[in-house]
Amino acid sequence: MLEITLHAELLQAVPAEAFPNGISRYAIGGLLVGLGVVAIYLGTGIAAGASTFLESTLSYVSDQSRFQRYLGSRDWRVVFTLGIVLGGAIYAVVWQGGAWTTEVQPWRLLVGGVLVGIGTRVGKGCTSGHGVCGVGSASRTSIVGVLTFLSVAIVTAQFVQIAGVSP
Amino acid sequence: MSSNRHPLFMPLILVGGLIFGFGLAYSHMARPEVVLDFLQFEDFGLVFVMFGAAIVSAIAFAVLPRIRDRAPLTGDVYGRRLKSFDRNVLIGGGIFGVGWGLSGICPGAAYASVGIGNVTILWAISGMFAGAYLQGWWRSRHTAADIGSTGAD
Repeated sequence: MLEITLHAELLQAVPAEAFPNGISRYAIGGLLVGLGVVAIYLGTGIAAGASTFLESTLSYVSDQSRFQRYLGSRDWRVVFTLGIVLGGAIYAVVWQGGAWTTEVQPWRLLVGGVLVGIGTRVGKGCTSGHGVCGVGSASRTSIVGVLTFLSVAIVTAQFVQIAGVSP
Repeated sequence: MSSNRHPLFMPLILVGGLIFGFGLAYSHMARPEVVLDFLQFEDFGLVFVMFGAAIVSAIAFAVLPRIRDRAPLTGDVYGRRLKSFDRNVLIGGGIFGVGWGLSGICPGAAYASVGIGNVTILWAISGMFAGAYLQGWWRSRHTAADIGSTGAD
């Protein structure tokens, strides 16, 4: 029964238009994300992902042995993250015309964030480490990782929608 | 470690991060609503972001090792990002998937989201640090079982 209901909901969820906001903002943005990765790779040979920053930065305040492996990279990972924040800020000032804030409820961000923090570190990568650098390296581990988190995220988001949680 | 780094190392990391973060903001990935729209099949644009970026990276990862042996600022050999496969990839990927589907935010997009002025996203970043700490605390106590696994991105 649940399966039938779910199917009906999924069918309803399929939009009349696949790209209601066009594709240029996504394609140009994706190109830039890739160029950021390539710029760092060109100069340093490093294929950088975003989630290691969480653990490497914790090494500044925690002496748990797990975080000590990042002592050698923690300083540049802070700089990388500051760059990401700064890049977002430039977009906000020049294109967005000021600050933008999400309507998604804080409990979803907090609980989701905890799971993202655990999952990306246990799973060896996130959307940038696995999704961009790993897939770009044709890594089978990363392709399996992406298929795993992408499919689980779709099922989760659909359930959240069906449960009526919004925003 | 940092004392013998090339003077352009940190500036390049900053500029690379800046382009990366600008791209995430420009593509609206820094907005959880847009990611949730993708996961709920209302706007498939995210595919272009992730695979567009992966294709650009793939070209660099494939071409650079053929034309140069070592990166100029570090002297490191150009390699690809390859991680060993084990069940952690599936377990971690599953946990990340639940978190991503619930919140619509992932680490890189969360940092860019701070940049676009989204103070509410600090809930997610606090959660991410808490989650990363939890798993690090747990794994530090099970290091014997953890030998051989390498750092992830």
